[in-house]
Amino acid sequence: MSKFKLKKSTHTPEVSTASLPDIVFMLLFFFMTVTVMKDSALKVANELPNATELRKLEKKDRVITVYIGKPESPFDKTLGTEPRIQIDDKFIAMSNFGATILAKMNEKPEHIRPFVTVSLKVDKTASMGLISDVKQELRKIHALKINYTTYEGDAFLNMNAK
Amino acid sequence: MASREEAPKVNAGSMADIAFLLLIFFLVTTSIETDAGLDRKLPGESDISVPIPQRNILPILINGEDDLMVDGDITDLKDLRALTIAFLDNGGAPEGSENYCDYCKGPRDTESSDNPEKAIVSLLSNRETSYGAYVTVQNELVAAYNTLRNREAQRLFRMDFTEMERQYFANETPEAVKKELKKKIRKIQELYPMKLSEAERN
Repeated sequence: MSKFKLKKSTHTPEVSTASLPDIVFMLLFFFMTVTVMKDSALKVANELPNATELRKLEKKDRVITVYIGKPESPFDKTLGTEPRIQIDDKFIAMSNFGATILAKMNEKPEHIRPFVTVSLKVDKTASMGLISDVKQELRKIHALKINYTTYEGDAFLNMNAK
Repeated sequence: MASREEAPKVNAGSMADIAFLLLIFFLVTTSIETDAGLDRKLPGESDISVPIPQRNILPILINGEDDLMVDGDITDLKDLRALTIAFLDNGGAPEGSENYCDYCKGPRDTESSDNPEKAIVSLLSNRETSYGAYVTVQNELVAAYNTLRNREAQRLFRMDFTEMERQYFANETPEAVKKELKKKIRKIQELYPMKLSEAERN
């Protein structure tokens, strides 16, 4: 009869789940930091083209985003399949575009107005006609800084769009 | 009986569930948005046009079928970058003249651009051109400029131009460093100013 006889455990030891919350919190913080809240629901198709020579848009408060692309279901029933402009949550007609951008600019504090950049998020299948019109309108209202927002990737892949 | 000094333990078993709930909420409501792209400055409305000699212009045409024509020849998109670099870096003005470019390493063809300051890339697109093709061309042109600017920045400051720009725009860079960088960036931009003229043809 040994005094040091080990007690036989009758069941396998449980895996401690105490660190599970920490792991999940880590994931949570990762997603919280890398993601940006969507500020508007997209109503147009928006598959951006690729480019390699990117420059980051640093200051978010100086950016006005313009989405251009084919209206997505259910809006394609009333608007057709030609590319349309979307700013915030609304479709904007070409005749109204300049005024809308100006209004957006007036919402910004006065000292940053000269540095406002218009970020063009255009679907890669859209035709240049509409984009040139948009650029003409931007010239008229002196919003000259623009950014063709793209994904990072091989630019030659854009060519298969057609 | 439990001793009174010991504080009662809070059951933390449901913590993971709460965290998962939050995690799933963020996963669903957010999207990894891109906030990078090609910066462009549009010309002002009242641009006065001055006659420019043909040799200082590199005409690039994209038609409705996304075909490319550079300087009168049908060209593959993959060759555009090299052609643009050759044109910008040509330095065709003869030695001794005021337009002579002492840092150019191009072929010094008298039929091509005088110096990078005079060289203008003219991009002509059609209303039917797809935006994807247009961005590819723009990307190649920016790449051509960046290649040349990087070369000069390496020669003068032992640093890539794109790296200088990245540091200049980064928030964490101290002000003093930014000031220094700005001077260098200006200098490089003067050596290879980006002159891109855009027009549209129906």
